[in-house]
Amino acid sequence: MLRSVDLDVYYGAIHALKKLSIEVEQGTIVTLIGANGAGKTTTLKTISGLLRPRNGSIVYKNTELTKVAPEKIVEMGISQVPEGRRVFASMSVLENLEMGAYLRKDKKAMADDMENVFTRFPRLKERRKQMAGTLSGGEQQMLAIGRALMARPQLLLMDEPSMGLAPLLVKEIFEIIKDINEKGTTILLVEQNAHMALSIAHKAYVIETGEIVLHGEAKDLMNSEEVKSAYLGG
Amino acid sequence: MLEFTQQIVNGLSLGAIYALIALGYTMVYGIIKLINFAHGDIMMVGAFVGYFSLTLLGTNIMVAMVTAMIACAVLGVIIEKVAYRPLRNSTRIAALITAIGVSLFLEYITIFLLGPSQKVFPESAFPIKAYDLAGLSVLNKDIFVVVSAVVLMLILQYIIKWTKTGKAMRAVSLDQEAAVLMGISVDKTISITFAIGSALAAAAGVMYGVYYSTVNPLMGIIPGLKAFVAAVLGGIGIIPGAMVGGFLMGLLETMVSGYGSSLYRDAVAFGVLILILLIKPTGLFGKDTGEKV
Repeated sequence: MLRSVDLDVYYGAIHALKKLSIEVEQGTIVTLIGANGAGKTTTLKTISGLLRPRNGSIVYKNTELTKVAPEKIVEMGISQVPEGRRVFASMSVLENLEMGAYLRKDKKAMADDMENVFTRFPRLKERRKQMAGTLSGGEQQMLAIGRALMARPQLLLMDEPSMGLAPLLVKEIFEIIKDINEKGTTILLVEQNAHMALSIAHKAYVIETGEIVLHGEAKDLMNSEEVKSAYLGG
Repeated sequence: MLEFTQQIVNGLSLGAIYALIALGYTMVYGIIKLINFAHGDIMMVGAFVGYFSLTLLGTNIMVAMVTAMIACAVLGVIIEKVAYRPLRNSTRIAALITAIGVSLFLEYITIFLLGPSQKVFPESAFPIKAYDLAGLSVLNKDIFVVVSAVVLMLILQYIIKWTKTGKAMRAVSLDQEAAVLMGISVDKTISITFAIGSALAAAAGVMYGVYYSTVNPLMGIIPGLKAFVAAVLGGIGIIPGAMVGGFLMGLLETMVSGYGSSLYRDAVAFGVLILILLIKPTGLFGKDTGEKV
């Protein structure tokens, strides 16, 4: 579904991604794990078109993405739950969800999707008139996920959805990610919480200072000595 | 008491004009964090478009106002595209200096084309009538200015609060990158913001022409600066703040002129700026959030 080949991304003089190649197969959850600053967010930003690679290509359903405008990328079915949630703080929950469906014109289906989001996250329904900035961290994460779902993505990019959440909530969020995937959405999940990410993913990539150092089936990586010592706390 | 009420009536019209200009400052600041110092001059261009619409085309005042608004909306979009967009990722000071450059350009190109002298707004376009309301003298131009300003502000509020475009404007001003991830075109949204802000300034320009009966190429400077103070007073970037700030500035100015001396009215206006910056730099409606790093 999505394949990046030899991506080189720079921040000024800093070489942030080095010949990065990953592949996401339709219907799967693929996770990209690694330490802070390894290049996980950069990868997602490059796919979404917020950053442009100096070399390399990203092919999504036979289309080269690296020259497509970010809003067109959303239209093509890729939406993102950005790092740190990034909800529109002084807009209501409802307005945030509407922004997620910004490019859509099918009012009826949008209303259905809104209902689906509310069924999945009843807390958001209770608070739909509240400003997003007044929600708790967990609720904001739910809103960020709901907002991305409102675009009806085929590929959902998720950047550290567990960040800053209590363990119980992290578990809940991962259940939700799994469920979204089971309902047909392909997911590329970026995480520092390697254990949780590997437990729900099909395939996994390990990134270190901008390079993929290891990849394979998620359950194989879970048992790999290298991953265990570096990312799973022994 | 009667005199005080009379001053309020006078202050409201002036305040309505300041509020309309202040809205453009605050909307543009809200979305690209730029103090568009050319904004007062857009108001001047609007006043001239209104003037020529009245004199050359012989339209009525409403048509003149709409023509000025359309012309300045286009002008605003062009200015943003040509002058500010290339500097989107440069330092803020570079954009600010450019804004001052655009301001001077508009002033002196107008002088070059039309000459420096002032032009008299045709009186026939708006024959002045005075109404007596329980001892208060209310001029029809006061009513015209306040009513049209309030109508424009209501339309603006509607756009910002309820339309998709307005929501996109708020989203872009809150978090540009997240807005892009929603599929919102930031360039288009910024263009629309400049169009709306400039159209409001143009309306203010035509009202200014009706109110003071003259227009000249440098007429935008002082009202522009005062509207900027009004926007800061209300809290820069906050739309209701600009409205309230504008009316407060207008009232303050007429009070100072009425009870003190009109010589001091400009000094008081800028004294207000110094006071807000000392006491509450975020303005009346601003929250102390600090700069996000």
